[in-house]
Amino acid sequence: MSRLAFYLIVGFLLVVGIAASIHRHVQFEIPWTPGEQRQVWEIEAVITFNAQDGPVQVDLALPSHQAGYRVLTENTASSGYGLAYSADELGRQAQWTIRNAAGSQQLYYSVQMLVSPEARAPIQTPPGLSTPTPWGAPYDTAAEQIIERAWARSADNATFTRELILDLNGERQAENARLLLSQETPTALIVRLLNQAGVQAREISGLMLEDARRRQSLTSWIQVFDETGEQWAVFNPTTGERGRPDNLLLWETGGRAVLEVQGGTNSQVSFSMLTHNQPASAAVRNHRSDSTLLNFSIHSLPLEEQALFQTILLIPIGALVVVLLRVFIGVKTSGTFMPVLIALAFIQTTLLTGLVGFLLIVAVGLVIRNYLSHLNLLLVARVSAVIITVIAIIAAFTVLAYRMGLSAGLTVTFFPMIILAWTIERMSILWEEEGPKQVLIQGGGSLVTAVLAYLAMNNPWIRHITFNFLGVQLILMAFILMLGNYTGYRLLELRRFKPITEDEKPS
Amino acid sequence: MSWFKDWTWPSRLSDKGIIGMNRRNIRYIGRYNSRKLYPLVDDKLKTKLLAQRYDITTPALIGTVSTQFGVKHIGEMLTGHKGFVIKPAKGSGGKGILVIENVDDDNVFIKPSGAHLSLVDIERHVSNILSGLYSLGGSPDVAVIETLINFDESLMAYTYEGVPDIRVIVFKGYPVMAMMRLSTAASDGKANLHQGAVGVGLNIATGAALRGVQFDRPCYSHPDTGHDLASLVVPQWDTLLNLAAGCYEMTGLGYLGTDMVLDRVHGPMLLELNARPGLAIQMTNGEGLRRRLDLIERQPDGVGAKERVAFAQHHFARQSELVSTPDTESASA
Repeated sequence: MSRLAFYLIVGFLLVVGIAASIHRHVQFEIPWTPGEQRQVWEIEAVITFNAQDGPVQVDLALPSHQAGYRVLTENTASSGYGLAYSADELGRQAQWTIRNAAGSQQLYYSVQMLVSPEARAPIQTPPGLSTPTPWGAPYDTAAEQIIERAWARSADNATFTRELILDLNGERQAENARLLLSQETPTALIVRLLNQAGVQAREISGLMLEDARRRQSLTSWIQVFDETGEQWAVFNPTTGERGRPDNLLLWETGGRAVLEVQGGTNSQVSFSMLTHNQPASAAVRNHRSDSTLLNFSIHSLPLEEQALFQTILLIPIGALVVVLLRVFIGVKTSGTFMPVLIALAFIQTTLLTGLVGFLLIVAVGLVIRNYLSHLNLLLVARVSAVIITVIAIIAAFTVLAYRMGLSAGLTVTFFPMIILAWTIERMSILWEEEGPKQVLIQGGGSLVTAVLAYLAMNNPWIRHITFNFLGVQLILMAFILMLGNYTGYRLLELRRFKPITEDEKPS
Repeated sequence: MSWFKDWTWPSRLSDKGIIGMNRRNIRYIGRYNSRKLYPLVDDKLKTKLLAQRYDITTPALIGTVSTQFGVKHIGEMLTGHKGFVIKPAKGSGGKGILVIENVDDDNVFIKPSGAHLSLVDIERHVSNILSGLYSLGGSPDVAVIETLINFDESLMAYTYEGVPDIRVIVFKGYPVMAMMRLSTAASDGKANLHQGAVGVGLNIATGAALRGVQFDRPCYSHPDTGHDLASLVVPQWDTLLNLAAGCYEMTGLGYLGTDMVLDRVHGPMLLELNARPGLAIQMTNGEGLRRRLDLIERQPDGVGAKERVAFAQHHFARQSELVSTPDTESASA
């Protein structure tokens, strides 16, 4: 029964850990490897208008998460204006308001969009069909003829749209089309004709992303609801080509105006953009995070605490290395988790300096501890004396290294002094009781463990995984629990017990 | 690939029934030794007092010193005793044990090595014990003073300087495996196998030597005295096994290492108990513990000590590997 409970707990930890990690990966697009570079577009929109010396309200449509792109951060600059963001099923909007403004006004909105091929558009619902405004004569017959012509040569909404666009543009443009185009812009006309034919369609605005472009404006596109695919398809209103170019960022998809200014004239919005690559982890850090429980993440902490946690979250990795080495290999260490702390110090000092520093401190400490043992002190007093000795040694080394111009030597202060003192104490007792050979075995074992733990903890991939996927801690926990159940042989026991298997001759 | 020769395969070890550290810790110590019983064996004084209640022979207690104040009176306590042993109650691995073989007329204490100590030296040693110099974790301790064991002469030829002790593993009250540890010059008079003492596996049925091992390699005679190990038979073997088996009722620990010595006058005596006995006994016996422990696990609970010893002697009897003609005893088992 208790076994069953144990395996249930392990299974639960594994499932939750893996699920949480996959959730982080899928939902927040945190890559499994740290090296991945992500392309980020910085886009700035400048709204200019002339205020008419009165209250002003400016509404600007904002881009949302969409297929291929994800909003990282957004900022506005607009001195004196009140600002509110709003979102509904048609899209997001920013609204600037001011009681009194006069003269030329400039409002800035900038957004960072992360290029992410895995990003999905939000769930798409077919809109209700808007009742088309009836045409007056003679436009009604022209429109009907165009629709009939295109309808006859098409099979579904998509092909119908294509035919319609081709009929209104370029070579195939006929008299009827020219007549209607005198009334409406091509894009609006196409949408109106589509709606008239009972096809759900709308005009949308998008931004063609090109590096280092300034003073760009949005372009119009046509979205047609594909009745078979149950989603919106984008059409180029001049060529009839279906599909969205990769570098098209949809800015406004609700069929509303991109910019609406009340109390101002001559309003316009222009865009400039810039692209750059940044490590995925940095891109992740910029994520706008909604504080839900599943989004429970270290990244919501201030940067300083994040740096601290980056180290703390590595300790389980060190512990796992210790468990593996002790349970599977049978390595003897002096102090069970002392190697992990030494490894943490190595991360600060770098490996070579750390090793040299550690060996020097312990060696000098052993000599001094040897003298202390002649004084016949009580244990606590003796260890305290060793602690002070260790501090003195570290201070001496630091000053010496500084004088000799070895800046690397300065990092020895990162060693945990109390741990070092206990190590020296244990080694010293071991030396007296078991001889120098045991000191070498246990000291060597500790160092090997520390170096392996250091290599594991300093691995960029492991650092990335432990820091970005908290679920991994649960997986580690499950592993360690399972290792705690291992009743098989340790690797070194295969050597220890070898002589028994040798003499099989008698009986 | 010469280093590869020193290694074996896990399958071969499990064929031999060898138990590894992990298995010992989880399957036996973790399952059969309740943590709350550990103090009974980790404190030698407690073990001793408990043993007296259960009629298990131990070296006679002269007295204990538990306060620094009491150290001053140790001289009075020791008067009239010719030989005694002072040990820390919570010491481990033989640390802090002071053996005085003889006391001179003018209060000069003589160690087995011949070194002379004064009463002040004795007092300082006791004081060190009290301050926790030899105890686990340096916690304050109690000094236990007991009478010197007069070792059985018949075994003295097999040992160098130190005293031979007999380790019996008792599992659920059944003696499952036994060995004798003989100190050597290499082990510096200590009976620690990894320091070079000779381990001799003992036949549970008879107490006769099965096989000798030094530094994990087979050996056939004592390296210092040159005495042939094949002739070694522990006297009063049945008494010793019954004593060991009785420790199960005494402590309640299911997986127990009992360390016994043979006194010239009082016979087998319990020296100390160990709740985490090592695995080297498998090396000295040339056999894994697994099959024996599995067999015992299938036995019902509540069997008397005598029956348990008889069961073990019947089932765990073995041939000596030291005798060249193995056919002489084959029918006896």
